[in-house]
Amino acid sequence: MSVDEKTVRRIAHLARIAVTDAEVPHLQGELNAILAFVEQLNEVNVEGVEPMTSVTPMTMKKRQDGVTDGGYPEKIVQNAPATEDNFFLVPKVVE
Amino acid sequence: MTELTHLTIAEARDGLKAKTFSATELAKAHIAAVEKARALNAYVLETPEKALAMAKASDEKIAKGEGRPMEGIPLGIKDLFCTEGVVSTAGSKIIGNFTPPYESTVTQNLWNDGAVMLGKLNMDEFAMGSSNETSAFGPVVSPWRREGSNVSAGAAGQIEGTHLVPGGSSGGSAAAVAAHLCLGATATDTGGSIRQPAAFTGTVGIKPTYGRVSRWGTVAFASSLDQAGPITRTVRDAAIMLRSMSGPDAKDTTCVDMPVPDYEAAVTRGVKGLKIGIPKEYRVDGMSPEIEKLWQQGIEWLRAAGAEIVDVSLPHTKYALPAYYIVAPAEASSNLARYDGVRYGLRENGKDIVDLYEKTRAAGFGREVKRRIMIGTYVLSAGYYDAYYVRAQKIRTLIKQDFEKVYAEGVHAILTPATPTAAFGIGEKGSGDPVEMYLNDIFTVTVNMAGLPGLAVPAGLDAQGLPLGLQLIGRAFDEETLFAVGQVIEDAAGRIKLPTPWWA
Repeated sequence: MSVDEKTVRRIAHLARIAVTDAEVPHLQGELNAILAFVEQLNEVNVEGVEPMTSVTPMTMKKRQDGVTDGGYPEKIVQNAPATEDNFFLVPKVVE
Repeated sequence: MTELTHLTIAEARDGLKAKTFSATELAKAHIAAVEKARALNAYVLETPEKALAMAKASDEKIAKGEGRPMEGIPLGIKDLFCTEGVVSTAGSKIIGNFTPPYESTVTQNLWNDGAVMLGKLNMDEFAMGSSNETSAFGPVVSPWRREGSNVSAGAAGQIEGTHLVPGGSSGGSAAAVAAHLCLGATATDTGGSIRQPAAFTGTVGIKPTYGRVSRWGTVAFASSLDQAGPITRTVRDAAIMLRSMSGPDAKDTTCVDMPVPDYEAAVTRGVKGLKIGIPKEYRVDGMSPEIEKLWQQGIEWLRAAGAEIVDVSLPHTKYALPAYYIVAPAEASSNLARYDGVRYGLRENGKDIVDLYEKTRAAGFGREVKRRIMIGTYVLSAGYYDAYYVRAQKIRTLIKQDFEKVYAEGVHAILTPATPTAAFGIGEKGSGDPVEMYLNDIFTVTVNMAGLPGLAVPAGLDAQGLPLGLQLIGRAFDEETLFAVGQVIEDAAGRIKLPTPWWA
């Protein structure tokens, strides 16, 4: 399978990465090179094979469902580019 | 006496204990070496004050006879590990000013054992790369040069000539260890990022079994493949350092609740009675004859030391790399969704929230990272998920079964080359076709896909005087056998003579 320019733009939008018109043909070439490389996986008979979900067999660890951490909102927001009263600031999203 | 920066971790530990020198002297010698080696660009951040304060605390512990396993040992930390109050960038502009308010479990374990931090090490952006060329802070210069090469230290603290890459993504870690800018370094490995740079720089690197080391506080790339490990100058040092890095962690549910063995004790076990598998599928087209010869040499060394050598087959080997380039980007596209310009890092304002996200991510991520996020987004998108992602995960099951069959036949470890070639020059690979660069990981990536431990150990030099490495692949959670076999190779090959500091 290969992707056209329109698909490249759609993927970029899904990935939330702005692309310029000049970047699109280049990205298209690179993505198609990778897609051509992974094409060989179609040779493998995977009938009846379970997809891997956990590489090391283990049971999920569980802990008591209780609060063990927190109470420091100023630390949570300390690296944010824009905050007010320990809230993250974003452009208006609801009209 | 050997220069303090040229000691192994084991020698430094013994010297500190015997009070031959102090932790402060050891730290100062390294701080000076790091300052003189800035042209290599191995460190993105030096923390000399922190190093001296930690060394002072170590000296006090040693004076009281309370020295811990890594007491006073100066280390470099890959910039993928979050360090409290110390900028941690993952090699990316998008979190170029990120100061974590917490400490990763791996680094905390090392500090709890007395280790000293010299600074943060350069790396490929978000650990995506095999040459350290994708770092937002510039490539790392390998301390190695081809014989007769034109690379030299220029007048303005710049490197002149076309230098070699140290490998990646843990390129800063490997270069710093090889150039004697720390006694050991933390590193991480998603597809070969510990073992390939170790092989390129004549150092030892181990990627432990998935689950052996906590991933908490380590910036995520592909969560089902990522695992941290050490890069050091000897097999014994890797054993010492891995023991300190490992252990159960309630903060990471994929980190196993298993006791950590005394890896150092396993180093001298030898290989008598061990069955070592040689997989025929690793004889790939385009492999350099020197690598082929090195592999044969490794087989003979192990046989001479008493191991039984058997031919084995891992039939799905060739599909590991293409399957990896579906699974790893898919997980990366999901993990890296968090860099949105809202909670931390770079922000480029836009006309609305989506515009803000798109502009921030376009400005903050480098080309390789964008490419992988986009591939991951595509293979997870509606209509393609089964054809790509589910199929790749099924093939991953087959790759793991290949190893399980071989181990069920009594094989204790598998010997392969670590890389298909020696180190290459900057700009030589991957400029046109990204797959050319990806092929570097052809021997290492299977190990991540199967969650197994893998050790890279230097085994010789090529005709150009560059180091070559062999890889040992073990059974799950049997790192001890890898250390035992690795030591036999190190003894037979002799320690690689590392480059003299032409950069200083």
